[in-house]
Amino acid sequence: MDIISRGFRGRGAADPHLPPGQYLTHDFPVLSAGPTPRVDTATWQFTITTETGEKHTWDWAALTALPTDNPRVDLHCVTKWSKLGTEWVGVGLDTLFADVETAADFALVHSYGGYTTNLPLEDLLDGQAWITYEYEGEPLAPEHGGPARLLVPHLYLWKSAKWVRGITLLTEDEPGFWEGVGYHNYGDPWREQRYWGD
Amino acid sequence: MARAAVLGRLTWRPAELVSVRAETSAARTLVFDVPEWPGHVAGQHVDLRLTAEDGYTAQRSYSLASAAGGRVELTVQRVDGGEVSGYLADVMAPGDRCEVRGPVGGYFTWDPEDPSPVLLVAGGSGLVPLMSMVRTRAEAGSRVPFRLIYSVRTPADVLFADELRRRVREDKGLDIEYAFTRAAPGGARRPPGRIDAALLGAAGWPAEFAPTCYVCGPTGFVEAVADLLVGAGHAAERVRTERFG
Repeated sequence: MDIISRGFRGRGAADPHLPPGQYLTHDFPVLSAGPTPRVDTATWQFTITTETGEKHTWDWAALTALPTDNPRVDLHCVTKWSKLGTEWVGVGLDTLFADVETAADFALVHSYGGYTTNLPLEDLLDGQAWITYEYEGEPLAPEHGGPARLLVPHLYLWKSAKWVRGITLLTEDEPGFWEGVGYHNYGDPWREQRYWGD
Repeated sequence: MARAAVLGRLTWRPAELVSVRAETSAARTLVFDVPEWPGHVAGQHVDLRLTAEDGYTAQRSYSLASAAGGRVELTVQRVDGGEVSGYLADVMAPGDRCEVRGPVGGYFTWDPEDPSPVLLVAGGSGLVPLMSMVRTRAEAGSRVPFRLIYSVRTPADVLFADELRRRVREDKGLDIEYAFTRAAPGGARRPPGRIDAALLGAAGWPAEFAPTCYVCGPTGFVEAVADLLVGAGHAAERVRTERFG
């Protein structure tokens, strides 16, 4: 039986562009567990490490020399806000994985500052994920993950690791920072997978 | 990055509003009865869901203000156009019901067993989860040294004003410094202004004491304070942040 909150009317209609439990915002809120790391592009590196220990590394010049995509995507944060039609410039993960040989099924993403998040490797491929470095026509600001962040918009935004510096491929899944303290291992906003057991 | 408590499956539970306490002209505390509430640790939040007569629902997250344990108290400040906060701050009356689930959050938490000194830096209603830590410390009889720096627009906007005045007298080892940003009370030592490095240096802890720092408030506030703390030599992993807006 529904618990009705007497006197609550709200906005009165669910927006079909919003996953369950989300509300629309036009701001770009910031959610981070600690201070914003300042990462210099002069020393920035991004490394994919396979399950055999083989490393593929790009510095800033190498990353920004690669062909780019212009994803226009909706963002859904587990803290309930959604932001629609955001515009990014970044390199598709398919491009970065083109020469990576792996039999791994899982990825653990690492950030400058120590943050981690995990997801299945297949969610990073087939045009679903990017390493982005421009947002709405400007270099990506540090508080939003600049110089570069992962963008995986079909999952809750905590999977789109800010200040990304590498991806480790694993044959067994390993929970990341929030996944280890009660947040859902996969995080599909359309299935409202916010917490363990959702 | 060290993390705390883990939790099991979170189910929505009916919650009945038992009483309300006015805090300021824009904020009030709502005390809920939640049968079989599992209890929380200081700093955690809940998800709260409202359902209208026509079935429309809205949910938001709110920090728990009450000390760790079984009581569910939320202190909610009205936000312009706030769909849920407007109902909680103005409309909901004792006997009305909603749903909550939680507690949520295993990082922005304080454990009374941790002997490290603590620095709390609050911006506006960002005080709420930090107040849970202050109350938890008192209930646990903890002597861990706490320093709270509370940035707030004017004296009239101070949440829990009477309780904070009482605690700074009675809770041994708790110090409180106010940073009024718009209007300071008569006789204040400091003109109105934002928290700066000098205030953090004078009212906070030296970095070599390795305090755990908790910073909560609007994004711009948290960014500025966290940067100042790192700039003063505090290790980034000892600065825990919670941002809203």
